Amino acid sequence: MNELIFFVNKVLISGTIIGCIYALGAIGVTLVFGILRFANFSHADLMTVGAYLSFIFAAMMPGIGPAVGLPSGFVVLPISIICLAVFAIGIDHLFYRPLRARNVRPIMLLIASIGVTLMLHGVIRLFAGTSSRSFFQDEKKEVFRIDVPIETATRDIVISEPQVLLISASIVCIFALHQFLTRTRLGKAMRAMSDNADLALVSGINTDIVVRATWIIAGALAAIAGTLLALDVVLKPDLSFNILLPIFAAAIVGGVGRPYGAIAGGLLVGFSETLAIFNWSILVRPVAQYLPEWIEIPTRLAVVPTEYKIVVPFVILLAVLIWRPTGIFRGQVL
Amino acid sequence: MRFHRYRREYLLFSLVGIAILIITASFGPAYALRMLAEAACYAILALGLTMQFGYAGLFNAGVMGFVAIGGFTAMLVSFPVNDTFWGSESAAALGKFLLEALVIVLVVIGLTQVHRIGIRGKLKGACILIGLLIAFFLLNNQLLPVAKLIESEAGFIGGLGMPVLLGWIGGGLAAAFIAYWIGKACLGLRADYLAIATLGIAEIIKAILKNADWLTRGTLTVSPLSWPVPTPNDIGFVAARSAYLALTAILVAIIFVLLQRAYRAPWGRLMRTIRDNEISAAAMGKDINFRRLQVFVVGSGIIGFGGAALISFARIFDPSSFTPLKHTFLVWVMVLVGGAGNNMGAIFGAVAVYIIWLMGEPITLFLFESVREVGSLWFDWEAPDDLMTRALQARVFFIGLTITLVLRFVPNGLIPERIEKVT
Repeated sequence: MNELIFFVNKVLISGTIIGCIYALGAIGVTLVFGILRFANFSHADLMTVGAYLSFIFAAMMPGIGPAVGLPSGFVVLPISIICLAVFAIGIDHLFYRPLRARNVRPIMLLIASIGVTLMLHGVIRLFAGTSSRSFFQDEKKEVFRIDVPIETATRDIVISEPQVLLISASIVCIFALHQFLTRTRLGKAMRAMSDNADLALVSGINTDIVVRATWIIAGALAAIAGTLLALDVVLKPDLSFNILLPIFAAAIVGGVGRPYGAIAGGLLVGFSETLAIFNWSILVRPVAQYLPEWIEIPTRLAVVPTEYKIVVPFVILLAVLIWRPTGIFRGQVL
Repeated sequence: MRFHRYRREYLLFSLVGIAILIITASFGPAYALRMLAEAACYAILALGLTMQFGYAGLFNAGVMGFVAIGGFTAMLVSFPVNDTFWGSESAAALGKFLLEALVIVLVVIGLTQVHRIGIRGKLKGACILIGLLIAFFLLNNQLLPVAKLIESEAGFIGGLGMPVLLGWIGGGLAAAFIAYWIGKACLGLRADYLAIATLGIAEIIKAILKNADWLTRGTLTVSPLSWPVPTPNDIGFVAARSAYLALTAILVAIIFVLLQRAYRAPWGRLMRTIRDNEISAAAMGKDINFRRLQVFVVGSGIIGFGGAALISFARIFDPSSFTPLKHTFLVWVMVLVGGAGNNMGAIFGAVAVYIIWLMGEPITLFLFESVREVGSLWFDWEAPDDLMTRALQARVFFIGLTITLVLRFVPNGLIPERIEKVT
């Protein structure tokens, strides 16, 4: 039984956590990809900036967390969401809009986004240094231990407070986004523009407003994902640059321009990663006595060694590009 | 008349020349030669990249991966033979593993041909996918004990002890081989997908080189790498670096002439047509995907070759030293500043940007030292202890700023591509 609980802790919970992070990031990427038509390489660093903003606000308002009973970093999240949304629009005005106005090839926007990524990288390191920080220096990170009412199970299912917050925040975000995209005029306009930009333009949709809304949503989701990731693990300058590839993989697996696809893609990539690096011999060990003797169970029986985790999203990405470039949700192929 | 036409080139290259003279005078010839030799290696990288991006509009975000593969192959081919490894049991174990791997690969290749026995469509895809997964799983589990054996008995497998120039060519071929498979998967789609995939493959190559201790010694690094010319130990720094610089400069010249000829040839016109107007090229019956694959593979091969030269010059193979900033984005800045699609621009960009990159270090340190002084004198500001490391890290900001500024204000680079009108 303990092995099964280990599996729940290591795969079900970790997979959901990392899948939610990928999903939140991938929604932002997929919206920008679908509406502005370029792969936004700076999205991951936008997430890191969001996490640092939350850290600064939390440091400015000590005691705000304990007053509400939640981690400070989470309580100040609305402020960083607003700041990052404004920041994303500002970046668009400074770097992307002039290029769009000149009607350059989309690849130029991609290169500009790499330039923005490097600039954010530099700014973060200059002002915050390269060392990692924790949101929980003065606060206690609460950990819930759920006792499993089965006799043979001596271990508990462990989940920390930031993880619970992350999962619930993701569900709320996804629900809100769904309402926005299907019920409001602006949301419908965004979907229309993502499906066919020219048609949207001739039917009188104000592209400026749609572009702005896209950046607001992308910035807000980046702030949420970045902060919650930093709450769960640790705050460091390369917090999310390393998850850029899984995020892109999730967005493409789900289908470019398909927010629901991005959610599915994020969970798919997250679970594949955790399943691939999970040591299966732990699960096999209890049944080992029933197996014939010539089968020897190695101590490590993982599909991919942990160091090569990055191979998993890459393989998924390549497989999708080869067999179904539209993604599972039939997005666009640009 | 001719002078007038190339005035901009003459002006820019004289500026670079003056900068080199100043650096030689103030830092000494050994330093200047090191800088120029490295700049020449970067020029090879920039030529490869300008071919991919400037000729065909392909975005390769994984230059680092191809550099690393080139450097690794050069190391593997040229490093002295490790007798402990060849004398121990692990050599036989590795041979056995390679044979098994060959069988598995043949089986997978066989699976791609299952349509001959009537398995088609989705079923065939599923067959290949399952086959690949099982093959990967098997290979992985077979490799682990072999790798452990090699690491415990001999450290790592060592090199093949062959001439290093052979290793450079091998590096180019290895990079081209990897590029072929990446390109095959992504080139039918828009350039963004290629950018994402190359970004991924670069990280994977780095991860493998860093963790496969039996192959590369991982973080323990391999040194000294051999040079195709006499090393500083034999004839001193100045002479050895001059020789290296002469060799790389000749290589740059050869690649430049070849690329220039290709650019002017009908092939070059075809590539520019595909870049500028894909639909009309397709309408004329050109195989766009094949041509793109061709230029991507050749360009990556050049990058692999240049990477081998660059890593050999440093004389140490350290997988952790590969960073996207230094080995991907710096090369991008070189190409963009110089002018994409212009080989002369790529060489100019490589030398000029590399000088600025190297000089940026003392200048940044000086600037931040002054900021610290002023801050503590006037505002009682206590600077963080790691201000200097932060300052060096912050150079990445300027690379990013350069990219965005160039895109916005000089989108064609300092030496724009010249479209020659054929009458």
